[in-house]
Amino acid sequence: MAEIRVEQLRKEFGSFTAVQNSNFVVEDGEFFVMLGPSGCGKTTTLRMIAGLELPTSGRILLGGEDVSQRRARERDIAFVFQLFALYPHMNVRRNIGFPLLAQGMATAEIRTQVEEVARLLRIDHLLDKPVSGLAGGDRQRVALGRAIVRRPKCFLMDEPLGTLDAEFRDLMVHELRELHNRIHATTVYVTHDQHEAMAMADKIAVMNHGVIEQFGTPQEIYDRPATMFVADFIGSPPMNFLRFGAHLRKGDRKVGVRGAEIVIPELREDAGEADYALGIRPEHIRFDDGSTLRGAVYGAEYLGTTQIVAVETAEGMLKARVPADQTVKVGEQVGLALNGARLSLFDRASGRALRTALHDEALRRHAHG
Amino acid sequence: MSAAAHSVIEPSAASKRVAGAIVILYAVITMIPLFWIIATSFKTPPDSIAYPPKVVFTPSIEGYCNLFTTRTRQTAEYIQSLPPATNFCDETTRKRNMVIAGPSNFLPRFINSLVIAFGSTFCAVLLGTLTAYGFSRFKVPLADDLLFFILSTRMMPPIAVAIPIYLMYRELGLSDTALGMILLYTAVNVSLAVWLLKGFIDEIPREYEEAAMIDGYSRLQAFRKVVLPQATTGIAATAIFCLIFAWNEYAFAALLTSGTAQTAPPFIPTIIGEGGQDWPAVAAGTTIFLVPILVFTILLRKQLLRGITFGAVRK
Repeated sequence: MAEIRVEQLRKEFGSFTAVQNSNFVVEDGEFFVMLGPSGCGKTTTLRMIAGLELPTSGRILLGGEDVSQRRARERDIAFVFQLFALYPHMNVRRNIGFPLLAQGMATAEIRTQVEEVARLLRIDHLLDKPVSGLAGGDRQRVALGRAIVRRPKCFLMDEPLGTLDAEFRDLMVHELRELHNRIHATTVYVTHDQHEAMAMADKIAVMNHGVIEQFGTPQEIYDRPATMFVADFIGSPPMNFLRFGAHLRKGDRKVGVRGAEIVIPELREDAGEADYALGIRPEHIRFDDGSTLRGAVYGAEYLGTTQIVAVETAEGMLKARVPADQTVKVGEQVGLALNGARLSLFDRASGRALRTALHDEALRRHAHG
Repeated sequence: MSAAAHSVIEPSAASKRVAGAIVILYAVITMIPLFWIIATSFKTPPDSIAYPPKVVFTPSIEGYCNLFTTRTRQTAEYIQSLPPATNFCDETTRKRNMVIAGPSNFLPRFINSLVIAFGSTFCAVLLGTLTAYGFSRFKVPLADDLLFFILSTRMMPPIAVAIPIYLMYRELGLSDTALGMILLYTAVNVSLAVWLLKGFIDEIPREYEEAAMIDGYSRLQAFRKVVLPQATTGIAATAIFCLIFAWNEYAFAALLTSGTAQTAPPFIPTIIGEGGQDWPAVAAGTTIFLVPILVFTILLRKQLLRGITFGAVRK
């Protein structure tokens, strides 16, 4: 296993730039997820790490070795494809043993290794079956088996759960993470599904238009989104934005949104006169008749333990996550109170988050922890 | 209420019967010439030209005897003086006041056909597979124009290129050689092979090769171990099309071969001239000529059927 270091990585296809100057480090044994909408460059980045595409510029280091211009077969990595790419003319055993065959391993040795991996993945009863008849989850396990049998430097996975149905996906998310906890393989996992990313990742990179918008732990990305894109992309429903114009200074603890004073975490930078957005997670809104921020209930979505209530305010629609037992009537006027300590502030022109006490507090906690 | 009686998707029993009857009728009509050729090959020469035509007749292999031999006319006294005939062919020949002089050219011509048709098919499919793979997987500059150029070699009628090729072959010493015919048929077929196979290979997802290359194989190894096994359907279908063309080709063969490299198609009509209009021998030659393609097609019919409908059946 090895650390993956990506430096100033760039990929252009003609005049289109798929990846712009990416930099990140996946530490040895880490489960790293690249998350983003389709066409954001995450798969291209993965394919460059694999050696299926060569970078236009920049470096990729596997375990300290520069492999940027090496062929895929010289990189000692394993790749799990979205559609698994199980060789249809081979049975399960030959599929899993195929990478070992390339190394010129003796037949008897391949046999024992394949059987060991099959037991680990609980597919030993399927070894002599053709791959065409397998169920989605079993195909997934065979693809994983083919990846881990070689004990490569790292695993690369390209939306491997994308084709499974929802129920099975949850099970495989669990299994993948469990497998990772057991073998501690450095893993780069690409997905557009935030639930998969949140559930499995040690670190996440959120990508958009070829740029890494934020790199951090799932908690950091959810609680302190670095850009409006990340705030909007992560969370379901996504973060609410209240738009306002103001002059903000270092040390501000309140902002005025259409006459309503809203408490925010203390601002730690001078931002000047500009258009801003106040970012509010739905769970940081509660109903409070005394609040000056008011609106009419538009609709509610019942989720069992909680419900998502959409409230039409003068500043736009806000979605609040409130306890399921709270009764709400459509059309009813409600006051909305916000959890001031947990709000984010964004500069609307650049989309960048402003530095507040929220960030410093996290740093302090991190330092003590 | 019976749902089956009014099913929208399932045709009714009556319409199935009508459809079946039409198919059988069509098959019978198209098979009559084929049946007549095979029947004629088992007739005696007088039966073959009898009027009204004989549908029921006593089968004879005289046509096949005549196909494989050359005969000379002899006097009755000479034939009387010979030792008794040892086989059927000797006997029937003598009845017509002739003796067998030696083997005919049919067998070597037939072998020429086999060598040239299978040889050129092999070359065309081999080159076609590699070319199609290249066009399918790599960024070839001007790929569309090149593919059109490859196809355009097939657009001219053979007669338009026959004379240049004739002159060229004479200069190169390729006239009337098996190598020359293999090269010619390969050149004609390779365009068909490239286009057909590119369609098949385009449908094989790249992920398979990429997976193999990550698993430690070179591109060529990945091609051989992962792409080729999945392209067998397309290769088989392409091979049949190429083989049928090369096997049946007449115009170039008649023009460019006359002796040692002559193939069966230009040879068979020449049988007519040898010792009167020997229709059973011509029919026998045609019947034998049909066999290889028939066997090859039957062996590969599953692939052929899937090949013809490619894209529709494969996911």
